Amino acid sequence: MTITAEAPEKSMRSSGTLFRLATAGSVDDGKSTLVGRLLHDAQAILTDQLAAVARTSAERGFGESFDEEGQPLDLALLTDGLRSEREQGITIDVAYRYFATDKRSFVLADCPGHVQYTRNTVTGTSTADAVVLLVDVRNGVVEQTRRHLAVATLLRVEHIIVAVNKIDALSYSEDAFRAVETEIRQVSRDLRAQNAGAERAQAEPIVVPVSALRGDNVVKVSENTPWYTGEALLPVLEQLPDADAEHRLEEPMRLPVQTVIRPQGGLAPEVDAEAFTDFRGYAGQVAAGRLSPGDTVRIQPGGHATEVTAVRRTGLQQDLVPGEAASAGESVVVELAGQYDVARGSVLTAEAAPAQELDELTVRLAWLNEKPLVPGDRVLFKHGTATVKALVTEVDSRLDLTTLSADNAEQLQLNDIGTATIKLAAALPVDDYVASKRTGASLLIDPADGNTLAAGLISLPEAAEGQDAGSDEDWLSS
Amino acid sequence: MTTTTAPAAERTARQLAENGVLSAAGTTALARLEAEAIHIIREVVAEFDRPAMLFSGGKDSVVMLHLAAKAFWPGKVPFPVVHIDTGHNFPEVIDFRDRTVERLGLRLVVGSVQELIDSGELQERADGTRNPLQTVPLLRTIADNRFDAVFGGARRDEDRARAKERILSLRDEFGQWDPRSQRPELWNLYNGRHKPGQHVRAFPISNWTELDVWRYIAYENIELPPLYYAHEREVFHRDGMIRAVGPFSQPTPEESTETMQVRYRTVGDMSCTGAVRSGAVNNELVLREVAEATVTERGATRADDRLSEAAMEDRKKDGYF
Repeated sequence: MTITAEAPEKSMRSSGTLFRLATAGSVDDGKSTLVGRLLHDAQAILTDQLAAVARTSAERGFGESFDEEGQPLDLALLTDGLRSEREQGITIDVAYRYFATDKRSFVLADCPGHVQYTRNTVTGTSTADAVVLLVDVRNGVVEQTRRHLAVATLLRVEHIIVAVNKIDALSYSEDAFRAVETEIRQVSRDLRAQNAGAERAQAEPIVVPVSALRGDNVVKVSENTPWYTGEALLPVLEQLPDADAEHRLEEPMRLPVQTVIRPQGGLAPEVDAEAFTDFRGYAGQVAAGRLSPGDTVRIQPGGHATEVTAVRRTGLQQDLVPGEAASAGESVVVELAGQYDVARGSVLTAEAAPAQELDELTVRLAWLNEKPLVPGDRVLFKHGTATVKALVTEVDSRLDLTTLSADNAEQLQLNDIGTATIKLAAALPVDDYVASKRTGASLLIDPADGNTLAAGLISLPEAAEGQDAGSDEDWLSS
Repeated sequence: MTTTTAPAAERTARQLAENGVLSAAGTTALARLEAEAIHIIREVVAEFDRPAMLFSGGKDSVVMLHLAAKAFWPGKVPFPVVHIDTGHNFPEVIDFRDRTVERLGLRLVVGSVQELIDSGELQERADGTRNPLQTVPLLRTIADNRFDAVFGGARRDEDRARAKERILSLRDEFGQWDPRSQRPELWNLYNGRHKPGQHVRAFPISNWTELDVWRYIAYENIELPPLYYAHEREVFHRDGMIRAVGPFSQPTPEESTETMQVRYRTVGDMSCTGAVRSGAVNNELVLREVAEATVTERGATRADDRLSEAAMEDRKKDGYF
């Protein structure tokens, strides 16, 4: 394989939409090499970066690819940036990479695969539009593959792409690829069956045979796999719909209030002091749905309803006029009619579809800390802009990654996925994670040292799903 | 600074769109980055008692301060800005820094490398580079002012070590970064819990690239120090870099000087920041140049990153930003 040491001329690219990718895979599956290959072949590597890699590769005699002069080039060095990563030849922490093609800008969270770094996989996956999961075709589906599939399914990543790597090592065998593909599909089906609502939210995985080392099916479809009728990895990534952004627009409006802006602290220069004497604006990022001046919103917890009198975009556009809407993802400042107690931790919600206010929750957890979770643990529960004290009353179940069954459990250990019941010190307006990623997500934090213990996905009682949007009185009195 | 788009910026944006540099889709991606950065800035200000923002007058910190002004408009920026002054700055940048601070009515806290060298607490390096010396006055300024959160304009695309940095990064009582034990950072729920003595570094423009920064500067019509645009300057060549002739950067007798049209891609200490040959006199031309560049900004212009293979990682572990 020859790689030119000179970066190809970069075209005047439009950045397209912003698409977030996470990678996952076991140690030695060739993940760093695949990412390096993707960046290199997508022409995202600049001359000095490539020269640095070539220099290090030459000094160490590393690398199975070769540059024009026949010198070895270790593409993994493009991403493994820490000293200890280079020493051990493994990826330790999530690295974020940026590359753009003519169609799209990518933010790639390059996550380590080693079992002790599962927390990093959860980190990268929580914000991802798509996950690229690597499987070594020679090893097939191993426990880490199941764990990564489980995390991606649990976190409701919209697209899962499985790159079956090192296909060149088995002489591009179709049989070997099909065996892995069949098992992936089966595991994925079983996992989705476990996660209520996931069938609706998630498509079947896309499975692609690749050789990261030789570049087969990474950017272009390879002649070495004539039996593969799909597309190469990069074109797949370029064409995936930005489904999360679309879903978020359709969800009921949610705006967690981050802070209240009032003129007491002093006005910005050139602001008309007269006009802003009584200004009281609620700042936040629209988590779901759309918000327009004239809308009626509920202030939760509590449930007062009032009218939105103004929405100021902080974004690139002008302030909103009536009839125009700010959408999920936008950072705004909202003004409301009347004087209400609205502060950080309050959530403005669509009047017709408010959040449920609960002080006891069932939460699916990805446990990320060495300290195990046992009933009776006191934790902090962070949800949106609110953080409240909480008590773990019960550990309900733990997912067995071999059988994929949810078994009874007394505790959750590092890297476990399970379900617990949590009692909150105060009722919070929450949504089911399946219905709304942003307002269904939470963190469990250790009050003693401040460390993040778990990713928490709120699971509401079944009955709530069919809740009639018009039955406001019911939830108010409940 | 207002929340509405100034007509001049609109015109620039339209021209850029017509020229294919800033497409409609590109604007959408930029809006998403802006909304994310503002969300992060507001989270930190709401959750911490004594936040501050690093402001050097460089393009990334100028963009970050612009975002902060937007995040709290019509209120003023609710925290002081901090400059760690190496003593070897470009005069144009110090002038820009002071004008910006005055315009926004901010409090400026300066930590000085020179003062610590004068007092004998820091030693000048043999190579004359002062950027690595900033860690000590930075940590001292944070401790003296009891800042519990410090915003930095670092971007993950700048360096392999910075690519590993979380958006909220917990630093121990020595200001140290431990890449192996970073907290998981999930969704947009940022955990800023820390113990007394510890502080947090917050990087709101982590996910921006150099090109995004320039797109945003062009779109928002943000003023920068003039040395970001092509100008004539007396320079000399050293270690493959173009260095300005100035009080802190003098050629040896063997190095000849010439007058050249250059601009700067990064603005750091004069002793280690190189210029690039350029004819880009305005934002649109800079954008084109950045989009076509085949060398990274740091590779092109920062001597301190060439000190070793993991120079940035080593500095960051010590408490650098």
